[in-house]
Amino acid sequence: MWIDVAIKVGLAMVMMLIVINIAGIHSWVERKQSAVIQDRWGANRAGFTFRAPLLRWLNPVMRPIIYLGLLQPLADLMKLVAKENWSPVGGMKWLHASAPFFYLLFAFVGFSAIPFGDTLHVAGRDISLQVAHLNVGFVFIFAMAGLGVYGIVLSGVSSNNNYAFLGAVRAASQMISYEVTLGATVIGIVMVYGSLDLQEIVRGQGALLWGWLPKWGVFVQPLGCILFFTAALAETKRIPFDLPEGESEIIGYFTEYSGTKFGMFMLADFVETVMVAALTTTLFFGGWQFPYLHASGFVFPWGAQVAVGHYGVVAIQVISFLIKVVLFCWLLMTIRWTLPRFRYDQLMDLGWKRMLPVSLANIAVTGLVILLIEAL
Amino acid sequence: MENVARKPGTVTPAGAPKRGPLSFWERIYVVEAARGVWITTVHFCRNMWRHTLHLVGLAKDKQAAVTVQYPEELRYVPPRSRTRHRIVRREDGSPRCVGCMMCETICPARCIYIVAEEDPDPNIEKRPKRFDIDLGMCVFCGFCVEACPEDAIRMDTQMVDLAAYSRNGMILTLDQLLAGEPAAPREATNALGERVHG
Repeated sequence: MWIDVAIKVGLAMVMMLIVINIAGIHSWVERKQSAVIQDRWGANRAGFTFRAPLLRWLNPVMRPIIYLGLLQPLADLMKLVAKENWSPVGGMKWLHASAPFFYLLFAFVGFSAIPFGDTLHVAGRDISLQVAHLNVGFVFIFAMAGLGVYGIVLSGVSSNNNYAFLGAVRAASQMISYEVTLGATVIGIVMVYGSLDLQEIVRGQGALLWGWLPKWGVFVQPLGCILFFTAALAETKRIPFDLPEGESEIIGYFTEYSGTKFGMFMLADFVETVMVAALTTTLFFGGWQFPYLHASGFVFPWGAQVAVGHYGVVAIQVISFLIKVVLFCWLLMTIRWTLPRFRYDQLMDLGWKRMLPVSLANIAVTGLVILLIEAL
Repeated sequence: MENVARKPGTVTPAGAPKRGPLSFWERIYVVEAARGVWITTVHFCRNMWRHTLHLVGLAKDKQAAVTVQYPEELRYVPPRSRTRHRIVRREDGSPRCVGCMMCETICPARCIYIVAEEDPDPNIEKRPKRFDIDLGMCVFCGFCVEACPEDAIRMDTQMVDLAAYSRNGMILTLDQLLAGEPAAPREATNALGERVHG
Protein backbone atom coordinates (compact mmCIF):
# COMPACT_ATOMS: atom_id res chain seq x y z
CA MET A 1 0.00 0.00 0.00
CA TRP A 2 2.79 2.38 0.91
CA ILE A 3 4.52 1.50 -2.31
CA ASP A 4 1.43 2.50 -4.27
CA VAL A 5 1.38 5.82 -2.47
CA ALA A 6 5.09 6.28 -3.17
CA ILE A 7 4.56 5.50 -6.87
CA LYS A 8 1.73 8.02 -7.11
CA VAL A 9 3.82 10.66 -5.32
CA GLY A 10 6.69 9.92 -7.68
CA LEU A 11 4.46 10.26 -10.74
CA ALA A 12 3.03 13.51 -9.39
CA MET A 13 6.52 14.82 -8.81
CA VAL A 14 7.60 13.90 -12.33
CA MET A 15 4.56 15.66 -13.81
CA MET A 16 5.12 18.67 -11.55
CA LEU A 17 8.76 18.79 -12.56
CA ILE A 18 7.84 18.74 -16.25
CA VAL A 19 5.14 21.40 -15.91
CA ILE A 20 7.03 23.74 -13.57
CA ASN A 21 10.12 23.62 -15.72
CA ILE A 22 8.37 24.17 -19.02
CA ALA A 23 6.23 26.94 -17.51
CA GLY A 24 9.20 28.51 -15.75
CA ILE A 25 11.32 28.62 -18.88
CA HIS A 26 8.41 30.32 -20.66
CA SER A 27 9.28 33.70 -19.18
CA TRP A 28 12.67 33.37 -20.84
CA VAL A 29 11.21 31.95 -24.06
CA GLU A 30 8.69 34.76 -24.19
CA ARG A 31 11.46 37.34 -24.10
CA LYS A 32 13.89 35.63 -26.43
CA GLN A 33 11.43 34.26 -28.97
CA SER A 34 9.67 37.59 -29.33
CA ALA A 35 13.06 39.23 -29.75
CA VAL A 36 14.14 36.83 -32.48
CA ILE A 37 10.80 37.18 -34.26
CA GLN A 38 11.06 40.97 -34.14
CA ASP A 39 14.72 41.13 -35.28
CA ARG A 40 15.95 42.06 -31.82
CA TRP A 41 18.43 40.55 -29.38
CA GLY A 42 16.28 40.16 -26.30
CA ALA A 43 17.61 39.82 -22.79
CA ASN A 44 21.40 39.43 -22.88
CA ARG A 45 22.63 41.56 -19.98
CA ALA A 46 21.27 40.26 -16.68
CA GLY A 47 24.03 38.57 -14.77
CA PHE A 48 26.97 39.03 -12.46
CA THR A 49 30.66 38.34 -12.38
CA PHE A 50 32.54 36.74 -9.53
CA ARG A 51 35.20 38.87 -7.89
CA ALA A 52 36.44 36.33 -5.36
CA PRO A 53 39.70 34.72 -6.58
CA LEU A 54 38.42 31.24 -5.76
CA LEU A 55 35.33 31.64 -7.95
CA ARG A 56 36.84 33.61 -10.80
CA TRP A 57 37.15 30.54 -12.99
CA LEU A 58 33.34 30.50 -13.13
CA ASN A 59 33.19 33.76 -15.08
CA PRO A 60 33.92 32.24 -18.52
CA VAL A 61 31.28 29.60 -17.74
CA MET A 62 28.77 32.30 -16.84
CA ARG A 63 29.37 34.38 -19.96
CA PRO A 64 27.31 32.29 -22.42
CA ILE A 65 24.56 31.97 -19.81
CA ILE A 66 24.41 35.73 -19.44
CA TYR A 67 24.66 36.17 -23.20
CA LEU A 68 21.62 33.96 -23.71
CA GLY A 69 19.72 35.89 -21.05
CA LEU A 70 19.15 32.77 -18.99
CA LEU A 71 19.64 34.70 -15.76
CA GLN A 72 16.84 37.12 -16.62
CA PRO A 73 14.13 34.93 -15.02
CA LEU A 74 16.25 34.89 -11.88
CA ALA A 75 16.39 38.67 -11.90
CA ASP A 76 12.62 38.78 -12.47
CA LEU A 77 12.07 36.46 -9.56
CA MET A 78 14.30 38.50 -7.28
CA LYS A 79 12.40 41.61 -8.22
CA LEU A 80 9.00 40.01 -7.63
CA VAL A 81 9.97 38.44 -4.32
CA ALA A 82 11.60 41.60 -3.03
CA LYS A 83 8.50 43.70 -3.63
CA GLU A 84 6.18 44.77 -0.87
CA ASN A 85 3.37 42.36 0.00
CA TRP A 86 0.62 44.86 -0.55
CA SER A 87 -3.14 44.51 -0.51
CA PRO A 88 -5.51 47.25 -1.60
CA VAL A 89 -7.16 49.54 0.91
CA GLY A 90 -10.80 48.58 1.32
CA GLY A 91 -10.28 45.26 -0.42
CA MET A 92 -10.87 41.84 1.12
CA LYS A 93 -7.41 41.08 2.30
CA TRP A 94 -7.82 37.34 2.81
CA LEU A 95 -9.53 36.74 -0.52
CA HIS A 96 -7.09 39.03 -2.25
CA ALA A 97 -4.20 36.93 -0.98
CA SER A 98 -5.85 33.59 -1.75
CA ALA A 99 -7.10 34.34 -5.28
CA PRO A 100 -3.75 33.64 -7.01
CA PHE A 101 -3.49 30.40 -5.03
CA PHE A 102 -6.87 29.23 -6.33
CA TYR A 103 -5.95 30.17 -9.86
CA LEU A 104 -2.57 28.44 -9.76
CA LEU A 105 -3.93 25.38 -7.94
CA PHE A 106 -6.64 24.71 -10.52
CA ALA A 107 -4.19 25.34 -13.32
CA PHE A 108 -1.92 22.63 -11.88
CA VAL A 109 -4.52 20.06 -10.82
CA GLY A 110 -5.66 19.48 -14.40
CA PHE A 111 -2.32 17.93 -15.26
CA SER A 112 -3.04 14.95 -13.02
CA ALA A 113 -5.28 13.46 -15.71
CA ILE A 114 -2.81 13.89 -18.58
CA PRO A 115 -1.01 10.65 -19.52
CA PHE A 116 2.64 11.10 -20.42
CA GLY A 117 3.41 7.48 -21.27
CA ASP A 118 1.93 4.02 -21.64
CA THR A 119 1.94 1.41 -18.88
CA LEU A 120 5.37 0.83 -17.42
CA HIS A 121 6.08 -2.74 -16.29
CA VAL A 122 8.69 -2.69 -13.56
CA ALA A 123 9.36 -5.18 -10.73
CA GLY A 124 6.11 -7.04 -11.39
CA ARG A 125 4.02 -3.87 -11.24
CA ASP A 126 2.02 -2.17 -13.96
CA ILE A 127 2.37 1.57 -13.59
CA SER A 128 0.21 3.67 -15.86
CA LEU A 129 2.26 6.80 -16.53
CA GLN A 130 -0.47 9.17 -15.46
CA VAL A 131 -0.88 10.76 -12.04
CA ALA A 132 -4.57 10.00 -11.59
CA HIS A 133 -6.23 7.35 -13.68
CA LEU A 134 -9.64 8.95 -14.14
CA ASN A 135 -12.25 7.43 -16.38
CA VAL A 136 -13.75 10.90 -16.85
CA GLY A 137 -10.36 12.23 -17.99
CA PHE A 138 -10.84 15.42 -19.87
CA VAL A 139 -14.17 16.27 -18.20
CA PHE A 140 -12.12 16.57 -15.03
CA ILE A 141 -9.61 18.79 -16.80
CA PHE A 142 -12.35 21.07 -18.12
CA ALA A 143 -13.94 21.17 -14.68
CA MET A 144 -10.64 22.31 -13.19
CA ALA A 145 -10.17 24.87 -15.95
CA GLY A 146 -13.68 26.09 -15.20
CA LEU A 147 -12.92 26.34 -11.50
CA GLY A 148 -9.88 28.44 -12.41
CA VAL A 149 -12.38 31.22 -13.16
CA TYR A 150 -12.94 31.45 -9.40
CA GLY A 151 -9.39 32.63 -8.87
CA ILE A 152 -9.89 35.37 -11.44
CA VAL A 153 -13.31 36.44 -10.20
CA LEU A 154 -12.08 36.48 -6.61
CA SER A 155 -9.09 38.58 -7.58
CA GLY A 156 -11.39 41.07 -9.30
CA VAL A 157 -13.95 41.18 -6.50
CA SER A 158 -11.50 41.43 -3.64
CA SER A 159 -9.39 44.20 -5.19
CA ASN A 160 -11.79 47.08 -4.46
CA ASN A 161 -11.08 48.35 -7.92
CA ASN A 162 -13.75 48.71 -10.57
CA TYR A 163 -11.33 48.16 -13.43
CA ALA A 164 -10.11 44.93 -11.88
CA PHE A 165 -13.70 43.87 -11.36
CA LEU A 166 -14.59 44.60 -14.98
CA GLY A 167 -11.53 42.64 -16.07
CA ALA A 168 -12.68 39.70 -13.97
CA VAL A 169 -16.14 39.88 -15.51
CA ARG A 170 -14.61 39.92 -18.99
CA ALA A 171 -12.45 36.93 -18.06
CA ALA A 172 -15.41 34.98 -16.69
CA SER A 173 -17.61 35.63 -19.72
CA GLN A 174 -14.78 34.81 -22.12
CA MET A 175 -13.91 31.54 -20.40
CA ILE A 176 -17.54 30.45 -20.20
CA SER A 177 -18.12 31.31 -23.87
CA TYR A 178 -15.14 29.37 -25.09
CA GLU A 179 -15.54 26.44 -22.75
CA VAL A 180 -18.75 25.60 -24.58
CA THR A 181 -16.89 25.33 -27.88
CA LEU A 182 -14.05 23.51 -26.17
CA GLY A 183 -16.41 20.86 -24.84
CA ALA A 184 -18.31 20.59 -28.11
CA THR A 185 -15.18 19.99 -30.18
CA VAL A 186 -13.92 17.25 -27.87
CA ILE A 187 -17.20 15.36 -28.26
CA GLY A 188 -16.08 14.53 -31.79
CA ILE A 189 -12.91 12.95 -30.36
CA VAL A 190 -14.97 11.00 -27.82
CA MET A 191 -17.21 9.70 -30.56
CA VAL A 192 -14.24 8.54 -32.62
CA TYR A 193 -12.29 6.83 -29.84
CA GLY A 194 -15.27 5.83 -27.69
CA SER A 195 -13.89 6.86 -24.32
CA LEU A 196 -13.62 9.81 -21.96
CA ASP A 197 -10.45 8.35 -20.45
CA LEU A 198 -7.46 10.22 -21.83
CA GLN A 199 -5.22 7.16 -21.59
CA GLU A 200 -7.73 5.18 -23.70
CA ILE A 201 -8.02 8.05 -26.19
CA VAL A 202 -4.25 8.10 -26.61
CA ARG A 203 -4.14 4.30 -27.01
CA GLY A 204 -6.85 4.58 -29.64
CA GLN A 205 -4.64 6.99 -31.56
CA GLY A 206 -1.99 4.28 -31.95
CA ALA A 207 -4.06 2.55 -34.63
CA LEU A 208 -3.34 3.13 -38.31
CA LEU A 209 -5.70 4.48 -40.95
CA TRP A 210 -5.47 2.66 -44.30
CA GLY A 211 -2.47 0.87 -42.91
CA TRP A 212 -0.07 3.85 -42.96
CA LEU A 213 -1.53 7.03 -41.47
CA PRO A 214 -1.48 7.20 -37.64
CA LYS A 215 -5.06 7.55 -36.41
CA TRP A 216 -4.29 10.80 -34.63
CA GLY A 217 -7.09 13.16 -33.69
CA VAL A 218 -5.89 15.77 -36.13
CA PHE A 219 -6.38 13.38 -39.05
CA VAL A 220 -9.85 12.15 -38.06
CA GLN A 221 -11.05 15.51 -36.67
CA PRO A 222 -9.17 18.24 -38.60
CA LEU A 223 -11.88 20.86 -38.11
CA GLY A 224 -12.29 19.88 -34.48
CA CYS A 225 -8.54 20.30 -34.02
CA ILE A 226 -8.54 23.88 -35.33
CA LEU A 227 -11.61 24.78 -33.29
CA PHE A 228 -10.22 23.18 -30.15
CA PHE A 229 -6.89 24.89 -30.52
CA THR A 230 -8.53 28.28 -31.04
CA ALA A 231 -10.89 27.85 -28.10
CA ALA A 232 -8.06 26.61 -25.91
CA LEU A 233 -5.99 29.61 -26.95
CA ALA A 234 -8.84 31.77 -25.70
CA GLU A 235 -8.79 29.85 -22.44
CA THR A 236 -5.17 30.79 -21.80
CA LYS A 237 -6.17 34.48 -21.80
CA ARG A 238 -3.10 35.47 -23.74
CA ILE A 239 -2.92 37.62 -26.88
CA PRO A 240 -4.96 37.56 -29.16
CA PHE A 241 -7.53 36.72 -26.49
CA ASP A 242 -6.07 38.82 -23.69
CA LEU A 243 -9.08 41.03 -23.05
CA PRO A 244 -9.21 40.03 -19.38
CA GLU A 245 -5.70 41.40 -18.89
CA GLY A 246 -4.97 43.88 -21.67
CA GLU A 247 -2.06 45.18 -19.63
CA SER A 248 -1.14 47.88 -22.12
CA GLU A 249 -4.43 49.77 -22.29
CA ILE A 250 -7.62 48.16 -20.93
CA ILE A 251 -6.88 47.21 -17.38
CA GLY A 252 -7.29 43.65 -16.22
CA TYR A 253 -8.20 41.61 -13.19
CA PHE A 254 -4.77 41.61 -11.57
CA THR A 255 -4.37 45.36 -11.58
CA GLU A 256 -4.10 45.46 -7.81
CA TYR A 257 -1.54 42.68 -7.61
CA SER A 258 2.18 43.10 -7.28
CA GLY A 259 5.18 41.12 -6.18
CA THR A 260 4.92 37.37 -5.70
CA LYS A 261 1.14 37.36 -5.98
CA PHE A 262 1.36 38.92 -9.43
CA GLY A 263 4.12 36.44 -10.24
CA MET A 264 1.75 33.62 -9.41
CA PHE A 265 -0.80 34.94 -11.90
CA MET A 266 1.91 35.15 -14.50
CA LEU A 267 3.11 31.62 -13.75
CA ALA A 268 -0.47 30.35 -13.87
CA ASP A 269 -0.82 31.85 -17.34
CA PHE A 270 2.25 29.96 -18.47
CA VAL A 271 1.00 26.79 -16.77
CA GLU A 272 -2.26 27.15 -18.70
CA THR A 273 -0.27 27.53 -21.91
CA VAL A 274 1.51 24.27 -21.13
CA MET A 275 -1.89 22.75 -20.27
CA VAL A 276 -3.27 23.73 -23.68
CA ALA A 277 -0.19 22.32 -25.38
CA ALA A 278 -0.49 19.07 -23.39
CA LEU A 279 -4.23 18.74 -24.05
CA THR A 280 -3.86 19.41 -27.77
CA THR A 281 -1.07 16.85 -27.89
CA THR A 282 -3.10 14.30 -25.97
CA LEU A 283 -6.37 14.70 -27.83
CA PHE A 284 -5.26 15.49 -31.37
CA PHE A 285 -1.61 14.61 -31.83
CA GLY A 286 -1.35 11.16 -30.39
CA GLY A 287 -0.20 12.04 -26.86
CA TRP A 288 2.71 9.78 -26.10
CA GLN A 289 2.27 7.83 -29.33
CA PHE A 290 5.19 7.81 -31.69
CA PRO A 291 4.30 6.88 -35.28
CA TYR A 292 4.63 3.12 -35.89
CA LEU A 293 5.95 2.46 -32.38
CA HIS A 294 4.27 -0.53 -30.77
CA ALA A 295 4.84 -2.27 -27.46
CA SER A 296 7.53 -4.47 -29.03
CA GLY A 297 9.23 -1.82 -31.13
CA PHE A 298 8.80 -0.14 -34.47
CA VAL A 299 6.60 -1.84 -37.05
CA PHE A 300 6.70 0.18 -40.25
CA PRO A 301 3.90 -0.02 -42.82
CA TRP A 302 6.35 -1.29 -45.47
CA GLY A 303 7.00 -4.31 -43.30
CA ALA A 304 10.32 -3.45 -41.68
CA GLN A 305 10.60 -4.06 -37.95
CA VAL A 306 12.97 -2.69 -35.33
CA ALA A 307 12.76 -4.35 -31.95
CA VAL A 308 13.02 -1.99 -28.98
CA GLY A 309 13.10 -3.09 -25.35
CA HIS A 310 10.27 -2.20 -22.99
CA TYR A 311 12.14 0.60 -21.20
CA GLY A 312 13.27 1.96 -24.54
CA VAL A 313 9.68 2.07 -25.78
CA VAL A 314 8.51 3.88 -22.64
CA ALA A 315 11.40 6.34 -22.89
CA ILE A 316 10.58 7.08 -26.55
CA GLN A 317 6.94 7.59 -25.61
CA VAL A 318 7.69 10.03 -22.78
CA ILE A 319 10.21 11.96 -24.88
CA SER A 320 7.81 12.03 -27.82
CA PHE A 321 5.12 13.49 -25.55
CA LEU A 322 7.51 16.11 -24.20
CA ILE A 323 8.70 17.12 -27.67
CA LYS A 324 5.14 17.53 -28.88
CA VAL A 325 4.25 19.62 -25.85
CA VAL A 326 7.29 21.85 -26.33
CA LEU A 327 6.49 22.27 -30.02
CA PHE A 328 2.98 23.36 -29.19
CA CYS A 329 4.29 25.77 -26.57
CA TRP A 330 6.45 27.21 -29.32
CA LEU A 331 3.46 27.49 -31.66
CA LEU A 332 1.35 29.14 -28.97
CA MET A 333 4.15 31.62 -28.31
CA THR A 334 4.46 32.35 -32.04
CA ILE A 335 0.72 32.99 -32.27
CA ARG A 336 0.94 35.23 -29.23
CA TRP A 337 3.61 37.32 -30.94
CA THR A 338 1.81 37.37 -34.29
CA LEU A 339 -1.82 38.31 -33.89
CA PRO A 340 -3.29 41.53 -32.54
CA ARG A 341 -5.95 41.50 -29.87
CA PHE A 342 -9.60 40.98 -30.77
CA ARG A 343 -12.19 43.57 -29.98
CA TYR A 344 -14.67 42.40 -27.36
CA ASP A 345 -17.62 42.16 -29.76
CA GLN A 346 -15.43 40.26 -32.22
CA LEU A 347 -14.48 37.88 -29.42
CA MET A 348 -18.07 37.13 -28.52
CA ASP A 349 -19.03 37.01 -32.20
CA LEU A 350 -16.28 34.49 -32.92
CA GLY A 351 -17.12 32.37 -29.91
CA TRP A 352 -20.91 32.19 -30.10
CA LYS A 353 -21.81 32.90 -33.72
CA ARG A 354 -18.96 31.19 -35.56
CA MET A 355 -17.17 28.56 -33.53
CA LEU A 356 -20.09 27.11 -31.59
CA PRO A 357 -22.31 26.42 -34.65
CA VAL A 358 -19.35 24.99 -36.57
CA SER A 359 -18.39 22.75 -33.67
CA LEU A 360 -21.99 21.54 -33.35
CA ALA A 361 -22.05 20.83 -37.09
CA ASN A 362 -18.77 18.97 -36.61
CA ILE A 363 -20.46 16.68 -34.07
CA ALA A 364 -23.35 15.99 -36.44
CA VAL A 365 -21.07 15.25 -39.39
CA THR A 366 -18.81 13.05 -37.24
CA GLY A 367 -21.83 11.06 -36.07
CA LEU A 368 -23.08 10.67 -39.61
CA VAL A 369 -19.70 9.48 -40.87
CA ILE A 370 -19.32 7.01 -38.01
CA LEU A 371 -22.82 5.66 -38.72
CA LEU A 372 -22.02 5.29 -42.40
CA ILE A 373 -18.72 3.52 -41.70
CA GLU A 374 -20.44 1.11 -39.31
CA ALA A 375 -23.31 0.52 -41.75
CA LEU A 376 -21.02 -0.22 -44.69
CA MET B 1 -10.26 57.57 -58.37
CA GLU B 2 -13.65 56.22 -59.32
CA ASN B 3 -16.13 55.41 -56.63
CA VAL B 4 -15.68 51.85 -55.49
CA ALA B 5 -18.98 50.22 -54.67
CA ARG B 6 -18.99 49.91 -50.91
CA LYS B 7 -21.25 48.19 -48.50
CA PRO B 8 -23.54 50.68 -46.77
CA GLY B 9 -22.31 51.56 -43.34
CA THR B 10 -18.61 51.14 -44.03
CA VAL B 11 -16.62 54.30 -43.55
CA THR B 12 -13.17 54.89 -44.98
CA PRO B 13 -11.06 57.25 -42.90
CA ALA B 14 -9.60 60.12 -44.86
CA GLY B 15 -6.38 59.13 -46.59
CA ALA B 16 -6.74 55.43 -45.90
CA PRO B 17 -6.37 53.16 -48.91
CA LYS B 18 -9.72 51.98 -50.16
CA ARG B 19 -10.27 48.36 -49.37
CA GLY B 20 -13.06 46.29 -50.78
CA PRO B 21 -15.20 44.01 -48.64
CA LEU B 22 -13.40 41.07 -47.08
CA SER B 23 -13.51 37.85 -49.00
CA PHE B 24 -14.84 34.65 -47.47
CA TRP B 25 -11.36 33.33 -46.67
CA GLU B 26 -10.42 36.61 -45.03
CA ARG B 27 -13.58 36.61 -42.96
CA ILE B 28 -13.11 33.15 -41.50
CA TYR B 29 -9.77 34.47 -40.23
CA VAL B 30 -8.06 31.10 -39.88
CA VAL B 31 -6.22 31.36 -43.19
CA GLU B 32 -5.11 34.94 -42.51
CA ALA B 33 -3.97 33.96 -39.01
CA ALA B 34 -1.98 31.09 -40.49
CA ARG B 35 -0.37 33.51 -42.96
CA GLY B 36 0.61 35.79 -40.09
CA VAL B 37 2.06 32.90 -38.15
CA TRP B 38 3.97 31.88 -41.26
CA ILE B 39 5.56 35.34 -41.52
CA THR B 40 6.67 35.35 -37.88
CA THR B 41 7.91 31.78 -38.20
CA VAL B 42 10.01 32.69 -41.24
CA HIS B 43 11.48 35.64 -39.32
CA PHE B 44 12.13 33.42 -36.31
CA CYS B 45 13.83 30.67 -38.30
CA ARG B 46 15.91 33.08 -40.40
CA ASN B 47 17.12 35.06 -37.42
CA MET B 48 17.72 31.93 -35.35
CA TRP B 49 19.79 30.45 -38.18
CA ARG B 50 21.83 33.64 -38.52
CA HIS B 51 22.36 33.90 -34.77
CA THR B 52 23.63 30.32 -34.79
CA LEU B 53 25.95 31.05 -37.70
CA HIS B 54 27.28 34.14 -35.92
CA LEU B 55 28.04 32.05 -32.84
CA VAL B 56 30.43 29.93 -34.87
CA GLY B 57 31.80 33.01 -36.64
CA LEU B 58 30.08 32.69 -40.01
CA ALA B 59 27.96 35.07 -42.11
CA LYS B 60 28.88 38.10 -40.04
CA ASP B 61 27.73 40.42 -42.84
CA LYS B 62 24.14 39.13 -42.58
CA GLN B 63 22.35 40.75 -39.68
CA ALA B 64 20.25 38.67 -37.32
CA ALA B 65 19.09 41.62 -35.23
CA VAL B 66 18.83 45.27 -36.13
CA THR B 67 19.49 46.31 -32.55
CA VAL B 68 22.65 48.29 -31.80
CA GLN B 69 24.27 46.95 -28.65
CA TYR B 70 24.79 50.42 -27.27
CA PRO B 71 27.76 50.66 -24.93
CA GLU B 72 29.80 48.23 -27.02
CA GLU B 73 28.57 49.33 -30.42
CA LEU B 74 27.88 52.95 -31.29
CA ARG B 75 25.59 54.17 -33.98
CA TYR B 76 27.04 56.07 -36.89
CA VAL B 77 27.11 59.82 -36.36
CA PRO B 78 27.35 61.83 -39.59
CA PRO B 79 30.68 63.73 -39.59
CA ARG B 80 29.06 67.16 -39.91
CA SER B 81 26.51 66.67 -37.15
CA ARG B 82 26.80 69.07 -34.22
CA THR B 83 27.93 67.18 -31.17
CA ARG B 84 29.68 68.05 -27.91
CA HIS B 85 31.86 71.17 -28.07
CA ARG B 86 35.59 71.38 -27.76
CA ILE B 87 38.00 74.31 -27.70
CA VAL B 88 40.85 74.16 -30.16
CA ARG B 89 44.43 74.81 -29.03
CA ARG B 90 47.11 76.82 -30.72
CA GLU B 91 50.34 75.14 -31.76
CA ASP B 92 51.88 76.06 -28.42
CA GLY B 93 49.00 74.40 -26.60
CA SER B 94 47.22 77.47 -25.28
CA PRO B 95 43.50 77.79 -26.09
CA ARG B 96 42.73 79.62 -29.29
CA CYS B 97 39.93 81.47 -27.60
CA VAL B 98 40.55 85.21 -27.18
CA GLY B 99 37.66 85.83 -24.85
CA CYS B 100 35.77 88.06 -27.29
CA MET B 101 32.35 86.97 -25.91
CA MET B 102 30.93 86.52 -29.43
CA CYS B 103 29.71 83.02 -28.65
CA GLU B 104 28.34 84.02 -25.28
CA THR B 105 26.48 86.89 -26.94
CA ILE B 106 24.97 84.89 -29.79
CA CYS B 107 24.07 81.84 -27.72
CA PRO B 108 20.25 81.63 -27.77
CA ALA B 109 20.19 79.29 -24.79
CA ARG B 110 22.63 81.44 -22.80
CA CYS B 111 24.58 78.39 -21.78
CA ILE B 112 28.07 79.83 -22.28
CA TYR B 113 29.77 81.73 -19.47
CA ILE B 114 33.15 83.31 -20.11
CA VAL B 115 35.44 85.19 -17.75
CA ALA B 116 38.34 86.73 -19.67
CA GLU B 117 41.73 87.75 -18.33
CA GLU B 118 44.79 89.43 -19.78
CA ASP B 119 47.00 87.22 -21.88
CA PRO B 120 50.72 87.26 -21.00
CA ASP B 121 51.53 87.34 -24.73
CA PRO B 122 51.62 91.04 -25.72
CA ASN B 123 50.33 90.22 -29.22
CA ILE B 124 47.14 88.71 -27.82
CA GLU B 125 44.73 90.83 -25.90
CA LYS B 126 42.71 88.37 -23.79
CA ARG B 127 42.41 84.73 -22.94
CA PRO B 128 39.60 82.89 -21.15
CA LYS B 129 40.00 82.48 -17.42
CA ARG B 130 36.78 80.53 -17.27
CA PHE B 131 34.90 79.05 -20.18
CA ASP B 132 31.84 77.08 -19.02
CA ILE B 133 29.20 75.50 -21.24
CA ASP B 134 26.11 74.21 -19.50
CA LEU B 135 25.16 71.25 -21.67
CA GLY B 136 21.93 70.96 -19.74
CA MET B 137 20.86 74.22 -21.38
CA CYS B 138 22.66 73.97 -24.71
CA VAL B 139 20.37 73.49 -27.72
CA PHE B 140 23.19 72.38 -30.05
CA CYS B 141 22.35 75.09 -32.59
CA GLY B 142 26.00 75.62 -33.52
CA PHE B 143 25.73 79.42 -33.49
CA CYS B 144 28.80 79.65 -31.23
CA VAL B 145 30.84 77.79 -33.84
CA GLU B 146 29.60 80.14 -36.56
CA ALA B 147 30.22 83.24 -34.47
CA CYS B 148 33.75 82.47 -33.35
CA PRO B 149 36.23 84.73 -35.19
CA GLU B 150 39.19 82.55 -34.15
CA ASP B 151 37.68 79.14 -35.06
CA ALA B 152 38.34 78.29 -31.42
CA ILE B 153 35.14 76.43 -30.61
CA ARG B 154 34.07 73.43 -32.64
CA MET B 155 31.38 70.79 -32.30
CA ASP B 156 33.08 67.78 -33.87
CA THR B 157 33.82 65.43 -30.97
CA GLN B 158 30.93 63.12 -32.07
CA MET B 159 30.09 62.68 -28.42
CA VAL B 160 26.32 62.40 -28.15
CA ASP B 161 25.95 60.31 -25.02
CA LEU B 162 26.11 63.19 -22.57
CA ALA B 163 24.84 62.37 -19.12
CA ALA B 164 25.57 63.36 -15.55
CA TYR B 165 24.14 62.61 -12.14
CA SER B 166 23.41 66.28 -11.36
CA ARG B 167 22.73 69.54 -13.15
CA ASN B 168 26.11 70.82 -12.09
CA GLY B 169 27.67 67.76 -13.64
CA MET B 170 26.38 68.89 -17.02
CA ILE B 171 28.52 72.03 -16.91
CA LEU B 172 31.71 71.64 -18.94
CA THR B 173 34.72 73.67 -17.78
CA LEU B 174 37.60 74.96 -19.85
CA ASP B 175 39.81 71.98 -19.03
CA GLN B 176 37.17 69.50 -20.17
CA LEU B 177 36.55 71.50 -23.33
CA LEU B 178 40.25 71.59 -24.07
CA ALA B 179 40.56 67.84 -23.54
CA GLY B 180 38.09 67.16 -26.36
CA GLU B 181 39.47 65.61 -29.52
CA PRO B 182 37.95 65.48 -32.98
CA ALA B 183 36.57 61.94 -33.19
CA ALA B 184 37.61 59.52 -35.87
CA PRO B 185 34.63 58.96 -38.14
CA ARG B 186 32.65 55.94 -37.06
CA GLU B 187 31.86 53.14 -39.42
CA ALA B 188 29.05 54.24 -41.68
CA THR B 189 25.73 52.61 -40.97
CA ASN B 190 22.25 53.30 -42.21
CA ALA B 191 19.33 54.42 -40.08
CA LEU B 192 18.77 50.89 -38.81
CA GLY B 193 22.34 50.64 -37.59
CA GLU B 194 23.28 48.23 -40.36
CA ARG B 195 26.80 48.64 -41.60
CA VAL B 196 27.01 50.22 -45.02
CA HIS B 197 29.61 48.66 -47.26
CA GLY B 198 31.63 50.31 -49.96
